[in-house]
Amino acid sequence: MRTLEQTTQEVLDLASKHFKVPAGSLAPEDDFFKKLGIDSLQTLEMLSRLENHFGIELPDYEVQGVSDFRTLAARIQSRL
Amino acid sequence: MKSFTGKALRWEWRDGVIELTLDREPANEIGLAMLGELEQFVAAIGALVPETSACIIYSERRHGFSAGADLRELYQTAAQLTEKERLSGVRAFLGRIHAVFNAIDAAPFTTIAAVHGVCFGGGFELALTCDIVVADKMARFAFPELRLGLIPGFGGIPRLKRDLGNAFIRDLLLTGRSVNATRAHAAGLVAQIAAEGEVLRIARATTAQIVKFDAVTSAAAKKFIKPIPHEELCREIDLFCELFARPTVMAALKKFVESTDAMPYLP
Repeated sequence: MRTLEQTTQEVLDLASKHFKVPAGSLAPEDDFFKKLGIDSLQTLEMLSRLENHFGIELPDYEVQGVSDFRTLAARIQSRL
Repeated sequence: MKSFTGKALRWEWRDGVIELTLDREPANEIGLAMLGELEQFVAAIGALVPETSACIIYSERRHGFSAGADLRELYQTAAQLTEKERLSGVRAFLGRIHAVFNAIDAAPFTTIAAVHGVCFGGGFELALTCDIVVADKMARFAFPELRLGLIPGFGGIPRLKRDLGNAFIRDLLLTGRSVNATRAHAAGLVAQIAAEGEVLRIARATTAQIVKFDAVTSAAAKKFIKPIPHEELCREIDLFCELFARPTVMAALKKFVESTDAMPYLP
């Protein structure tokens, strides 16, 4: 079972890799919309990547209003 | 006509297979331009039937198969009309959409939707007219219409009910959430999952198998197993128009059109 810290780090690594942001430049408290500059369609891409990576389903309404990596990781953690 | 290039789509016939490529910026929204060219496609099918075994519907747009109905066009058109004109206009539009979708649904050859990225609302409903759905593992499916105070109007509910039954529809419809290709595959909606960027190749490999069969037998098998739910489709149009008449719908459309939210398809 992953810890929340591990899940958060995996979310950061995945976002960094997919959106081609230098590893280590993202922090748990960062606003990922601002930091990654993603639009609504890219948000869906990220959701799919997270679901595929963690092998979970994460309904859109659970991440609606979430903008920082730490909270996003906590939503994922509750479904692992 | 064995090939066509329009403003919203193009098609090409080759060796018994038609490839219909949706290609309208930004994400293949289905409005009057797309509908007009889909009507041309359906009109051209008749002449191609004797030498066609399969058809692939695919999107050239990076973000996906189709984001659904062109809500900006719908709102901007509707906003200029009286309530009575608005209702008759939307009913006429739905009548044309249903005629096209029913023709694709009943086409006497095997149809494959090769889906990647977003496959939402009307785009999802277009995919549901096909016999087989092949999906990129990053594809997402949703019926977000309830956020506008509407139901899907392009035949989605009756077709998904025909293909899968009621429970999966209720989950999608009543929550508005999107589901990924893995979930859609588990539910039976998606026949095959492709690796990222491989969906067209997988669809082509499938048609290469399909064309080996006698086309008359395949068409007879399809007609036997895939009835068009005409009665429910007509009721869907009535219900859609009934809901569309409410002022809340125009307010919701306005909110969507002006939205900059990350998930504008949710309320």
